[in-house]
Amino acid sequence: MSPEKMVTMANQIATFFASQPGDDQALRTAAHINDFWDPRMRRHLLDHLAAGGEGLKPLVREAQPHIAAPAATA
Amino acid sequence: MKDFILPPKDWDMGTPLPGSDTPVTLKIDGFDITVPSGTSVMRAAMEAGIRIPKLCATDSVQAFGSCRLCLVEIEGRRGTPASCTTPVAQGMEVRTQSDKLHKLRRGVMELYISDHPLDCLTCSANGDCELQDMAGMVGLRDMRYTPGDNHYAPTMAGGLTQSDLRARTPDAATNARYIPKDDSNPYFTYDPAKCIVCSRCVRACEEVQGTFALTIESRGFDSRVSFGAKSDDALHSDCVSCGACVQACPTATLQEKSVAEMGTPDRAVLTTCAYCGVGCSFKAELNGDKLVRMTPYRHGKANRGHSCVKGRFAYGYAEHPDRILNPMIRDTIDDPWREVSWDEAMDFTAKRLTRIRDEYGRKSMGVITSSRCTNEETYLVQKLTRAVFGNNNTDTCARVCHSPTGYGLGQTFGTSAGTQDFDSVEETDIAIVIGANPTDGHPVFASRLRKRLRQGAKLIVIDPRRIDLLSTPHMGEKWHLPLRPGTNVAVVSALAHVIVTEGLADEAFIRTRCDWDEYQSYADFIRDERHSPEATELLTGVPSATLRDAARAFARGGNGAIYYGLGVTEHSQGSTTVMGIANLAMLTGNIGRRGVGVNPLRGQNNVQGSCDMGSFPHELPGYRHVKNPEVRAIFEAAWGVEIDPEPGLRIPNMLDAAVEGTFKALYCQGEDILQSDPDTKHVAAGLAAMDCVIVHDLFLNETANYAHVFLPGSTFLEKDGTFTNAERRINRVREVMKPKNGYADWEVTQRLANALGAGWHYTHPAQIMEEIAATTPGFANVTYDLLEERGSVQWPCNDAAPEGTPLMHVDGFVRGKGRFIVTEYLATDERTGPRFPLLLTTGRILSQYNVGAQTRRTANNVWHAQDELEIHPHDAENRGIREGDWIRLASRSGETTLRATITDRVSPGVVYTTFHHPDTQANVVTTDFSDWATNCPEYKVTAVQVAPSNGPSDWQEDYAAQAAQSRRIIPAAE
Repeated sequence: MSPEKMVTMANQIATFFASQPGDDQALRTAAHINDFWDPRMRRHLLDHLAAGGEGLKPLVREAQPHIAAPAATA
Repeated sequence: MKDFILPPKDWDMGTPLPGSDTPVTLKIDGFDITVPSGTSVMRAAMEAGIRIPKLCATDSVQAFGSCRLCLVEIEGRRGTPASCTTPVAQGMEVRTQSDKLHKLRRGVMELYISDHPLDCLTCSANGDCELQDMAGMVGLRDMRYTPGDNHYAPTMAGGLTQSDLRARTPDAATNARYIPKDDSNPYFTYDPAKCIVCSRCVRACEEVQGTFALTIESRGFDSRVSFGAKSDDALHSDCVSCGACVQACPTATLQEKSVAEMGTPDRAVLTTCAYCGVGCSFKAELNGDKLVRMTPYRHGKANRGHSCVKGRFAYGYAEHPDRILNPMIRDTIDDPWREVSWDEAMDFTAKRLTRIRDEYGRKSMGVITSSRCTNEETYLVQKLTRAVFGNNNTDTCARVCHSPTGYGLGQTFGTSAGTQDFDSVEETDIAIVIGANPTDGHPVFASRLRKRLRQGAKLIVIDPRRIDLLSTPHMGEKWHLPLRPGTNVAVVSALAHVIVTEGLADEAFIRTRCDWDEYQSYADFIRDERHSPEATELLTGVPSATLRDAARAFARGGNGAIYYGLGVTEHSQGSTTVMGIANLAMLTGNIGRRGVGVNPLRGQNNVQGSCDMGSFPHELPGYRHVKNPEVRAIFEAAWGVEIDPEPGLRIPNMLDAAVEGTFKALYCQGEDILQSDPDTKHVAAGLAAMDCVIVHDLFLNETANYAHVFLPGSTFLEKDGTFTNAERRINRVREVMKPKNGYADWEVTQRLANALGAGWHYTHPAQIMEEIAATTPGFANVTYDLLEERGSVQWPCNDAAPEGTPLMHVDGFVRGKGRFIVTEYLATDERTGPRFPLLLTTGRILSQYNVGAQTRRTANNVWHAQDELEIHPHDAENRGIREGDWIRLASRSGETTLRATITDRVSPGVVYTTFHHPDTQANVVTTDFSDWATNCPEYKVTAVQVAPSNGPSDWQEDYAAQAAQSRRIIPAAE
């Protein structure tokens, strides 16, 4: 997956949860990604975040600690 | 398992069942019979097992009282009233036979026959003719009238058979009243010479189908059935070829051409249509294993005896010469195909898959289940990846159509399905149809909705196009909200804004049934001025006054039902719109009883079923997330394997991973992703990057151009199983004939699994259903025996609901309290601009189905031989485009060419096309933007430019060349 596409997808999810009431938007963003993204997609996202997370919305960055890191071997 | 035996009383009851349940008891020929008030005397007699002769009455339409054959005598009443138009009364005493009645009926029959050819032995309805049956029943033995003016004889020479006339007096003067047969429709003929003008066809067209294509022209002896204007034949009239008139016709006047060619069928097998998500029940009528015709089953609970042109007539693809009947393999996609034995194909595939697994790991393979295959087949395909490949890389075409429905309704109501049965529409007072075009996409449901609209129900259509439902004859009040593509959330929120700010919300319902705190926060959100119709008008294009009227009408209008289609889901905010729709239903208290509800119209026959069966990569059967250990434990125990707790790849993710090099093998059953999925070039690149693409299909479809293994599939006529329609109705599919390719699809999947060492040993799909029932709570009580007994059943079907569940959320939502979810409108990233100033949206047409693999291989092409681009006259004029011109359609993703048709059905700025034909490839143009929650592609919004063109695009030419190259076959040596 191209980095731009991944960034778009993550930002779309964050944008929805950012619009939701409550104070757990980051948790819900991470939960959605954990529920629907295959480990290799999450790995790409975490790598991208580790490299500075260019283009990602703040809520995706806030969600980072809650995104489940996939096991080293798929 | 034996075939389903049709009920011995599969009688035409003459008149419809009345709605009342007040009992009335009367005597018919001395026998007591109790029926609901409003029942006709004719129907009451039939209920008592006494058949009254009839010609113009049939139970699909209201009584008409024209043929006078059904006369009866009623104690204390004068004369001989027609039993079809006389309602029963308490204590009534009816005589159906007497000397007087006998004489009268014979006289009526004699008059009918005096204007009817007597070539019964060579007539195509011989053996299936009610006129013939009635002549026998009333004992007609003579015809005393001197031959004279008539409608049946081509010449004026007199005589009783047409062949006789032609032989004896070929040169006699022509009969001005004689009208030759109209065989313009590919599937049925209209032979006016055999017509008795009973009007059953005209009434069926009006009452059952709702098209009003037929009429009776002139009066008295000159009365004739007509397809509208004098110049219209059946094909060029308003007729939509649904077959209702053919079904209603008591003679050979309107009859299937297949019966004329093959003879009357001798046996019937009940089964379920394999086209759209309505899931109509049909009788497959055969001679031996030759299918003569498909007729709608009168007791089918989804269709109630109706059909459309696809299910009724477009089954010829099953016998089409393009069908591939032998397995084929090749080392690379540049090689020609090699026909091989099943054993060799399985061996080749297993070796390749094993090599890929060893080299790239178990997550490098996946499956796509088919929404056209049965529940049992779908279940096995997802089991293949979960239990044999060892991952959760399974997805289905619902990804690209109704995945947002699953997510949105799951979040709000707690279940991923429509809330009603189709019968529910009979009590709807106001319907919202949003992003759906039922007259084309779900025609039998459209007819049922139109019937209700003619009774006065109101209609709100939210769609960029002026769909045909809006021009329903004799309909009640209607509103069309012609929104700009991509602004669904804004329109739905504006409707909610009006309802909340004008105090029209059903607070009593919300307090008892929904989470009140969440409602409060939702209400605060939606009250904001930015959601008002006036504020959103600029971006949605919907006049605020119309929107306000529509919102008020829906909130105050009694039973409100919402029906929606892919115009809702296939957007960046598809899931958000589904939640908005659920909000609207809860706001107005329109959940949990007949006539209301939220009803996704499913695209394919088994989309609901394929989702139920665990086709999604994050969910095991029954919509339970793979992360839950207790759910995995159920399947681990049943399958004897460990199940991966991580979600797998969705279709677009599979293609991304393929391009990236981590996804190498795909088993694709009954789906053509290259044609149906967005951004064709990206799909092609993904497929080309894989080492083992296994296509399991009827035809060498577009995806097969990139395949290494082709496994021939079986049609719905060739296997046992079940389909689940949009009402959650599980319907039996029955083996009407043996698979031409040798194996039903579930057997092929089993062979593939066993080639990889799975050790499966199912011998009948009923055993697969047993496994589904044992592992999935909503299906716990579903068995083939139950389906034999009840015909069909709607899930959930378990100890809590042993007879199934026609209406959901009656006393409470599945998840407990209904949830209001905040739905903020967000413009899609796909924007128009100077280079791409128009918005393209896509859809279906009545005569074709999806990628057209089936319907393009039938005579349905006479209605739609190519995809066309609908464009508004202003946009066309600006660009110098005239009707029928070749045009170039370009987006940021790609370009194609097709013909233009100019219509104000689309708004200025919006263009529309279908995706039924691979040579057009509308999906070359669509983008890879997708729904935020589910990755459902945004098919419905693409910024495009349109310009005159003089031929196919480079892509189209390259594609055609590659396809031709890829489809070469070397037959197996004998």
